[in-house]
Amino acid sequence: MLPDTMTEPTNFTGSHSLLRSLEYEGVEIIFGVPGGAILPAYDPLLDSPIRHVLARHEQGAGHMAEGFAQATGLVGVVMATSGPGATNLITPLQNALMDSTPIVAITGQVATSAIGSDAFQEAYTTGLAMHCTKHSYMATDADDIPNLIHEAFHLASTGRPGPVLVDIPRDVLKQITTWREPHLNNLPGYKPTVSGHPMQIRAALDMIEKAERPVLYVGGGVIKAGAAPELLAFAEAVNAPVVTTLMARGAFPDDHPLALGMPGMHGLYTATTAIQKSDVLVSLGARFDDRVTGDPNAFAPDAKIIHVDVDPAEIGKVRAADVPIVGDARSVLNDLLSGLRARREVADSPAREDWFAQLSRWKDQYPLAYEQDPDGPIKVQHFIERLYSITGGDAVVAAGVGQHQMWASQFWGFREPRSWINSGGLGTMGFAVPAAVGAKVARPDDLIIALDGDGCFQMTCQELITATTEEIPVKIIVFNNGGYGMVKQWQNLFYGGRLSAVDLGFTYPDYPKLAEAMGCVGLRVDHPSEIDNAIEKVLSVNDRPVVLEVVVDGEEMCFPMVPAGGSNDRVVMRRDEL
Amino acid sequence: MQHTLTVLVEDKPGVLARISAMFSNRAFNIHSLAVGPTHQDGRSRITLVVDAPELEQLKKQLNKLVNVIKVQEMEPAEALEREVMIVRISAQPATRGEVRDTASLFDARVIDISSSAMTFEVAGTPQHLRTFLEHLGPYGVIDLVKSGRIAMKRESELSPAPVTAGVGR
Repeated sequence: MLPDTMTEPTNFTGSHSLLRSLEYEGVEIIFGVPGGAILPAYDPLLDSPIRHVLARHEQGAGHMAEGFAQATGLVGVVMATSGPGATNLITPLQNALMDSTPIVAITGQVATSAIGSDAFQEAYTTGLAMHCTKHSYMATDADDIPNLIHEAFHLASTGRPGPVLVDIPRDVLKQITTWREPHLNNLPGYKPTVSGHPMQIRAALDMIEKAERPVLYVGGGVIKAGAAPELLAFAEAVNAPVVTTLMARGAFPDDHPLALGMPGMHGLYTATTAIQKSDVLVSLGARFDDRVTGDPNAFAPDAKIIHVDVDPAEIGKVRAADVPIVGDARSVLNDLLSGLRARREVADSPAREDWFAQLSRWKDQYPLAYEQDPDGPIKVQHFIERLYSITGGDAVVAAGVGQHQMWASQFWGFREPRSWINSGGLGTMGFAVPAAVGAKVARPDDLIIALDGDGCFQMTCQELITATTEEIPVKIIVFNNGGYGMVKQWQNLFYGGRLSAVDLGFTYPDYPKLAEAMGCVGLRVDHPSEIDNAIEKVLSVNDRPVVLEVVVDGEEMCFPMVPAGGSNDRVVMRRDEL
Repeated sequence: MQHTLTVLVEDKPGVLARISAMFSNRAFNIHSLAVGPTHQDGRSRITLVVDAPELEQLKKQLNKLVNVIKVQEMEPAEALEREVMIVRISAQPATRGEVRDTASLFDARVIDISSSAMTFEVAGTPQHLRTFLEHLGPYGVIDLVKSGRIAMKRESELSPAPVTAGVGR
């Protein structure tokens, strides 16, 4: 804790105040790219204990901050200059908004006197950010900086987390000021509800206790709230099966007997169907996303809904809730647990034998399936299973967006929260490489593996130069199927096989060479018999990033699948069922 | 169905932009909007009239904005609602007396006059303004401008519905 006020040198500026404010918030790492308007802030950075990771593109810096935040639960910080620096941040900001990831973006702005004049590198950043942040600020007086930064961190990390942007004009960064300890006395409209209403907690318990076919539908909010232990205790106490959405992978251990895995468009048959046939659906920090519900009018038609969310606007947005509970998942789960214990011995959980027998039958009848020809080509699913087996699953996995992301979610067995980092809501291709870099900075002692596609990799791979120069030894698996696999799958299934703009070819780039050129170790594998060997090589490199190109079947499709907008009653297991 | 909402907000730059951005983002329609300061420093009140089938969701999204302090929905019966209108009615010398007499039933003030038209200022409930136009419209509306609706919650029990034109202005 710093003293209330400090005697400043006479040249103490807004920039110094910014850095001291970030230190006060406990920031140790900033991801960023410098430029004209933010230049004043980069000078005191030299004297600050904060580490700056120099990204090669602001989008990369933003995704690094997201990877950092998803891997730790801390607020990720990204810094960029005005104009193009800020506009390049729009994708990570929207990504963080959709996935409720706490990040704070600091952007430089042209001098106050030049605002609105179409000055060099001017953009209306706070206006742009209005649509893709939880809140945004523009500093107009350097004296306000400690409070603005404090509010930004508070907003980013409390309630439903999300991105907050602070735009600071160049003259404000250079203004002489003093630093004062910040206070949170200026947010009259922001009071997130943390605790669920006791009456609703009781109503929820009544409903769950009577349920014959309950399902706990767990979303990313459980991870954000740090509620995985409470979820485990509650699921066991009420004896209810658990599905984990794409954002919640790792919130509940996949090897637990109550775990059904991921539901939805490419979810497991049993997870999707269990929701569909449930009589009580307990949504915990999930938002009834269209990738989960399919046609919302046909979704879980017989289920009464208990909807727990810290964001009241999510409750009733897609599906009316029978028992709405506004509150933080951890607090509500704790209240549900103590309510349950007050009622009975936990050992008296309803057995629900019929329901569990039904779930077992579905699991046996509709398992995840693929065929790996021993002579190749390699199937992504098979590679992921081998990687999981060889690492023992003891890794943090980051993914890009597309088929490989779905297979990673399906075939990796998650056991811990924050071991899965992906772009769920926005579906941002190119997320994996920078997010993995951010995660590795946050957790240097953990094995961080990006599972990426060739299309994704080509969008942000230059951040591997960041990784080599900053000595961040991430491991990148590039599944090269020669194109945009998921788009191609849709064209094959829904556009009569007319393939339009999906072919990237297998020839260029030469991935190992590209990797080597960026200072990484570059490897390639294209035969199933070489997989284990290649994985061992990847795992043996620890002094620098390593890229393994896995040449895979370009025709493989991702199943199960519920076609977009279709009813979850019809989970398609194979192509010939469509 | 139209709903009247009053929204107490922090008087900070960009608040109105945030609200209208949210409306366009979420595809809600604003029928009318009026903003002004309140008696408290640093607080403004926005009165919104919205066509929103999903009113609950709209209120929640408004509340989610950091600068929004309070959102109140008013039932028509409990709302004191007012609008101001400036309207130019065609009035040739032959009809001028008739136009003026009719307008005076609505406590409308003449604020401009020319050889072929009279311009009135009318204030009152939305219904009052509608009734004015039902009666004066047939003479020919040349131009018309309306303020957004402003509203405050009634403290008293609802008084009987006004029957006379001019009452309830």
